[in-house]
Amino acid sequence: MKKVFHVMYDDDETLLAAARELVAKGIHINEVYSPFPIHGIDPVIGIKRTRLAIASFMFAMTGTSLAILGMWYFMISDWPMNIGGKPSFSMIENIPAFIPITFEFSVLCGAHGMAITYLLRNGTLPGMPATNPDPRTTDDMFVMEITTDTNSMDDKKLEAAIKKTALFELSIKDVK
Amino acid sequence: MQKESAIREPLILGHKSYKDITDDVIAPITGPAPLGWKILITISSIIAIYGVAQILYLIGTGIGVWGLNKTVGWAWDITNFVWWVGIGHAGTLISAVLLLFRQKWRMAINRSAEAMTIFAVIMAAVFPGIHMGRIWLAYFVFPLPNQFGSLWVNFNSPLLWDVFAISTYFSVSLVFWYIGLIPDFATIRDRMIKPIPKKIYSILSFGWSGRAKHWSRFEEVSLVLAGIATPLVFSVHSIVSMDFATAVIPGWHTTIFPPYFVSGAVFSGFAMVQTLMLIMRKAFKLESYIHVKHVEYMNIVIIVTGSIVGVAYLTELFISWYSGVEYESYAFINRFSGPYSIAYWTMMTCNVISPQLFWFKKIRRSLLATFILSIVVNIGMWFERYVIIVTSLHRDYLPSSWGEFIPTATDIGIFIGTLGIFTTLFLLFTRYFPVLALNELKTILKSSGESYKNKQDK
Repeated sequence: MKKVFHVMYDDDETLLAAARELVAKGIHINEVYSPFPIHGIDPVIGIKRTRLAIASFMFAMTGTSLAILGMWYFMISDWPMNIGGKPSFSMIENIPAFIPITFEFSVLCGAHGMAITYLLRNGTLPGMPATNPDPRTTDDMFVMEITTDTNSMDDKKLEAAIKKTALFELSIKDVK
Repeated sequence: MQKESAIREPLILGHKSYKDITDDVIAPITGPAPLGWKILITISSIIAIYGVAQILYLIGTGIGVWGLNKTVGWAWDITNFVWWVGIGHAGTLISAVLLLFRQKWRMAINRSAEAMTIFAVIMAAVFPGIHMGRIWLAYFVFPLPNQFGSLWVNFNSPLLWDVFAISTYFSVSLVFWYIGLIPDFATIRDRMIKPIPKKIYSILSFGWSGRAKHWSRFEEVSLVLAGIATPLVFSVHSIVSMDFATAVIPGWHTTIFPPYFVSGAVFSGFAMVQTLMLIMRKAFKLESYIHVKHVEYMNIVIIVTGSIVGVAYLTELFISWYSGVEYESYAFINRFSGPYSIAYWTMMTCNVISPQLFWFKKIRRSLLATFILSIVVNIGMWFERYVIIVTSLHRDYLPSSWGEFIPTATDIGIFIGTLGIFTTLFLLFTRYFPVLALNELKTILKSSGESYKNKQDK
């Protein structure tokens, strides 16, 4: 049995100030739902920087390698030809002509690889149900989610601390 | 919070709140279709159907129904292809390059400019596809294992580079666009009351809930995608220009082509954005978000790129004389005085002179003048491609094989048809998709919104 507090604010800065205030009191904030990114909230509620950029780099490098390997196989190894006086018997002489496709293929793999990773890590996929606590959080309201099971403070004290902030609405639910 | 200079014009006019932004952007989706929209979509879909019929006729009969001949083997098809790809350059430039430069004004126009990009690239892809004659064998442009040898595609050919460039550009732009759309679809989903639209937008929104971690990833993805889409934008039209530049045809064989084509593409792309945006802001009452300042910024981009294009024309002309190559200089003399000189002078007037009018602040900030000039620029840019392609080809090295190209009804029909298909797709987009990146706009409301800016001063 735990209690879930959904604290609603009508402004991003109010929420940010409130989050700072609560975190200073040692309260753990589970989640923040907002209609747009609130800049500066990540370090306050303990969100680490995403590693998606690194993933994208890896995907792009995979693309680079695949493109070079593929072109070497198609043009140099499997079926070399002399097209318009530009023979394809040597990789090193053909590399300049392979640069555009190597670049394009790296971008293709980097972009799509990252986009797919992003959707999978977020769990945002076609047909997934919405999990925001209130439909207004995608419009103009900002909600902070605090639960009793992740906080050592008892629920009365927690509620009192929350109520001290400049909140707009508070909903408390019992969840098993 | 970011602060902005008080003398800088606000980007969001009026006393808007977060809720107002949602209301204004969603109004065209939830409300009934305006009469003007219904009339426009009827006309454009009739033209689109006509275009599709022309394409089917061409595929059924063969490309002999075009006015191509032995000398001019490429004409309107490739002209239209390059023209559409060029138009398709503005969207990703706006969303990627301007994102890297932290230009906040892009937020009002990036969504619809990207939609325009995607539709324009689809239209572009139609032309090489149908020019193959046997479109059902189009998969042969990809290196697929087969039983003819194996017969691989030629990776030394710019035409193949084009296949990779255009398909990468199209799919990356689509992904970039859709990732930005997901949170906005979620906003619409939470606003919809009727069950069927709610369900549809729920599927489209992928269950987006706006968690802090998701937003943090969202921003990272946008930034990285912008970072890799930026060189992509420049590479695509460079590669398109290499289709010509690597050939030994006088008039095509020039190293100036890649930068010249890229700036030409941005030039025409921004002109098309202006044409569409000026109608859209009026039709959907988005005057507070896309206003004179946005139009002015875009006109400045048009002056810059238009001037680069103008300099490129003159450089080309000078080099043709300075190189001392007779074939090269004849190609250019023939351009401005030969049978296609009307096309050349139309191009010069529309692309070199008309954008220079934007140096005048009155013209640059006039919506009517911008609208007219944006259409003039797109006419000019179409003629530019036509001039480069047809005039360079029609007088071969051998005077015995000189010929002329006259477009047939099918040539014209397919071009007009793609305009119809493009307009239909864009109209459907404006009716069912959020035309402004509403969640991005909310992030700049406090730094660039009119009412908040005034508060900052106090």
